[in-house]
Amino acid sequence: MTSTSAAPTSAAAPQAGAPLDPDAAISVRGLVKRYGAATAVDGLDLDIRRGEIFALLGPNGAGKTTTVEICEGFRDRDGGEVRVLGTDPASGGRRWKAQLGIVLQSGAGDSQLTCRELLRAQASYFPDPRDPDEVLELVGLTEKAGSRGRSLSGGQRRRLDVALGIVGRPTLLFLDEPTTGFDPEARRQFWSLIRSLRDLGTTMLLTTHYLDEAEALADRVGVIARGRLAEVAVPSELGGRGRAPAVVTWTEDGVRRSEATGAPTALVRDLAARFGGEVPDLAVARPTLEDVYLQMIGEERA
Amino acid sequence: MSAATTDRTTPALPSLGAVYRSRAGVELKEFFRQRESVVFTLVFPVLLLVVFGAVLDYDLGSGVSFTQYFVAGVIAAGILGASLQNMAISIATERADGTLKSLYGTPMPRSAYFVGKVVQVLAVTVLIIAILLLVGVVFYDVDLPTGADWLTFAWVTALGAAACTLLGIAVSSLARNGRSASATVTPIALVLQFISGVFFQFSQVPTWMQTVASFFPLKWMAQGLRSVFLPDALAASEPAGTWELGRVALVLGAWCLAGLVLCVLTFRWQERGTR
Repeated sequence: MTSTSAAPTSAAAPQAGAPLDPDAAISVRGLVKRYGAATAVDGLDLDIRRGEIFALLGPNGAGKTTTVEICEGFRDRDGGEVRVLGTDPASGGRRWKAQLGIVLQSGAGDSQLTCRELLRAQASYFPDPRDPDEVLELVGLTEKAGSRGRSLSGGQRRRLDVALGIVGRPTLLFLDEPTTGFDPEARRQFWSLIRSLRDLGTTMLLTTHYLDEAEALADRVGVIARGRLAEVAVPSELGGRGRAPAVVTWTEDGVRRSEATGAPTALVRDLAARFGGEVPDLAVARPTLEDVYLQMIGEERA
Repeated sequence: MSAATTDRTTPALPSLGAVYRSRAGVELKEFFRQRESVVFTLVFPVLLLVVFGAVLDYDLGSGVSFTQYFVAGVIAAGILGASLQNMAISIATERADGTLKSLYGTPMPRSAYFVGKVVQVLAVTVLIIAILLLVGVVFYDVDLPTGADWLTFAWVTALGAAACTLLGIAVSSLARNGRSASATVTPIALVLQFISGVFFQFSQVPTWMQTVASFFPLKWMAQGLRSVFLPDALAASEPAGTWELGRVALVLGAWCLAGLVLCVLTFRWQERGTR
């Protein structure tokens, strides 16, 4: 797995007021979306580079799906500029849509058609589709090729949604909470599918509630809170995580003890000397992405 | 990341004809594989013909049996089911479950969705008419139309189906989902059938009900089809004393226009309030 495309210095969100990035897969400036009196998206700036996997994190109602669906052309915006593959989604035509793959949060709906028939129909809308049977193989649904959509389990349904999203050979793939309802094994399989798509050059915008998923897949993550991007960083740097003190825990005199330190190696060396060998229940931990994330959205909410 | 995919010259979009064919195939499979829609739309009118044909077996005068009268009405009801009811329910369902939204996100030309629906309505309409005629001829000695009556049969069917398809697409936008569309459209269709001369002779319907019925397309479809299946001697028992074929064309044509305008104004690819 590589994340070389994202150097920490350039990982941050674009400056407000900066021009749209013409080379970006997605470039958003000052995006505003209101529903009645409520402001769902409130001046959001975002650049997603070609070829990267970008994970958008945030609590329910923070504006994730609204932002993504504006980029997909499903919703109108009330303010700001958006370019997706160089085109304003509000006026994107068939040629533009042919370059996108969309996996909606709500899925693709019920059908009497079999998985293979659904994929063939979907492929018929695109100029240069993938082979439906190869796509079924890719998402692990070959055995279900002749089954109707409604006979699939929740996880299989979601894999069918993903298959429908990639059969058009998109250069940009939107994945809105793609692994909800997956068991752990299915999720691992899905991750390797996403990595192989990245290796083929597909740009991906992923929204997810699973922080381990964002950490495993994303080149960069953005945390959205109250309609704005709170921070954009590579997963290991988010929220100053890379510079955060490590927490060393151990058991001494039957008591669980812990100490936060910027020099965990030295502390462990001291402990080893003090105990004269193995330190009971020794653990060294950095804050997880989840710790940092929860702290960030907690601050935003306060 | 590979640069090859971005630099590649993009191949042409698939032709309209190819996507239309694909959508037509999808719509035919969707209809004929769903037991509820097949029973509701195809089997129900046949049952009506069988039951009413057996029970109401009397002479209308001029040697014409009620079944001969009823076959025109039940064909009109069958067209209504295949077009208005079918469209209202299936499109409301597809809007509520995200099928329409997903299609909107693809490069499918939007016209292809409607072409697929029209092909579905056409196929179901032709099939229901064929089955009803077959049952009528084999079991109830129904006389088939002759000569120019076939032409009238064709244009009344085409114009009626077009008006009801457009109305069905428009009505689908009023419903929250397929179930609520069904709950709204089915009783309305049933009432229209009662007052439009499907189950009873139209001349036996109270005058004020006749007036109500004459605002809706079903009455005119049934009347036009009666002109096809009944001898001209029976035109005298119509309210106007003639088949009024010119007015049939006019009213159905007006409903086509109204339906089209309503479709253009109300059609949504997503559920309400999600834009």
